[in-house]
Amino acid sequence: MTYLVAHFGRVAALLGQHVVLVAVSLAIALAIALPLGALAARRPRAGTIILGLAGVLYTIPSLALLALLVTVLGLGPATAVVALVVYAQMVLIRGVVAGLRGVDPALVDAARGLGLTARQTLLWVEFPAALPIVLGGVRVAAVTLVALATVAAWINAGGLGVLLFEGILTQNDDKIIAGALAAAALAIVADLALRAGERAIRR
Amino acid sequence: MKAPDHAPGARVEFRAVSVRYGEAGAAVTDVDLTIAAGTFAVLLGPSGCGKSTLLRTINRLVEPTSGTVLIDGVDVRERELTSLRRGIGYAIQAVGLFPHFSVARNVAVVPGLLGWERARVDARVDELLALMRLEPSRYRDRLPRELSGGEAQRVGVARALAAEPRVLLMDEPFAAVDAIVRASLQDEIARVHSELGTTIVFVTHDVDEALRLADRVVVMNAGRVVQEAAPAELLAAPADDFVRSLVGVDAETRQLTLERPLIER
Repeated sequence: MTYLVAHFGRVAALLGQHVVLVAVSLAIALAIALPLGALAARRPRAGTIILGLAGVLYTIPSLALLALLVTVLGLGPATAVVALVVYAQMVLIRGVVAGLRGVDPALVDAARGLGLTARQTLLWVEFPAALPIVLGGVRVAAVTLVALATVAAWINAGGLGVLLFEGILTQNDDKIIAGALAAAALAIVADLALRAGERAIRR
Repeated sequence: MKAPDHAPGARVEFRAVSVRYGEAGAAVTDVDLTIAAGTFAVLLGPSGCGKSTLLRTINRLVEPTSGTVLIDGVDVRERELTSLRRGIGYAIQAVGLFPHFSVARNVAVVPGLLGWERARVDARVDELLALMRLEPSRYRDRLPRELSGGEAQRVGVARALAAEPRVLLMDEPFAAVDAIVRASLQDEIARVHSELGTTIVFVTHDVDEALRLADRVVVMNAGRVVQEAAPAELLAAPADDFVRSLVGVDAETRQLTLERPLIER
């Protein structure tokens, strides 16, 4: 714990980078997963392809994906964000599809019968009704990304992974512990916060 | 329960309407039917007889395979889809209130889509809640999950009536509530019909409900209309064995209850 106490400012700064990395990735990932999930929920054929593709991407080892992306995009946080966005798709799209498929058909029937357009039905009725399940997907994705983002330090993207890699190279266990504790705490806080959000919405 | 002379209801006509669902066969076969303006028409028949499908061709939730549906002489296919639907009230058994909208916002959905001014929408919401005997100040801000089944259906009917539709479609609207609540909802819709003169097309499998509410009962079986008649006529002269067995052995008792006006029952 001595490193954490002695270099609290540095750990906090790296934690901040980590949070930004995860938050930005999650926001972009969600902006992609919502329309893709809506499409997948509506068109079973497209759904099979989209979910299959997201599943394949998810199985690529994180180091391998980062290495591949570096050859195209170079080192730095932007490359890490791309990798995290790719990894989040699988969990997020599944959440969106499950959420939308679980919407009470009577709700959609009423909405259409009252004269809402398909777009209004989706935005006003289906997405809000699907939100608790979608948010469940966001929570799992957030926790996964907090863990994955530690690897991003390996391609100069910053974050708490910096402490882990430095600690390994210099055989400084204290540094490793500080990084691991901060990352774990972040994952737990993200999980609890999003759980509270889910509960608030369900009520 | 005759509609007033100034009936704002529309005439609904089916001309040789058939609906076929791929392999599943025919849901509706060759229906010719005219529902006069302001009529309370009840489509009655067992489940799977095609009554809901026929109802849903009016607001084009189902498109006929062949034939034409007209509202006041205009083919519904000539109308823009959303504008057609916004001009037709729609209430269903499952109610389908939007769970994250307050009662007032649910009722205000269609007026909002039609771009009514805020003050007019607010006034209309209160008017409709009062019409459905829901005290506006108590119910306006509630969420659907805070309502009983009967209250939710009252809100559903208020929502369907919000934009002053000339036709109101009701698909087994009272089937999911208990008998006492159902009876009071039936009284309510009968009163609303006589006050507003809206054309109502109402689907049910409940013979008593049909006889109680209808100006005209349209009996359906296996996708076809087998008889279209006033309730008394239906009891006195069933067109065939199917109608006779449907109105059943209680026909004479039903005849008696029909002779008393609805409000006193």
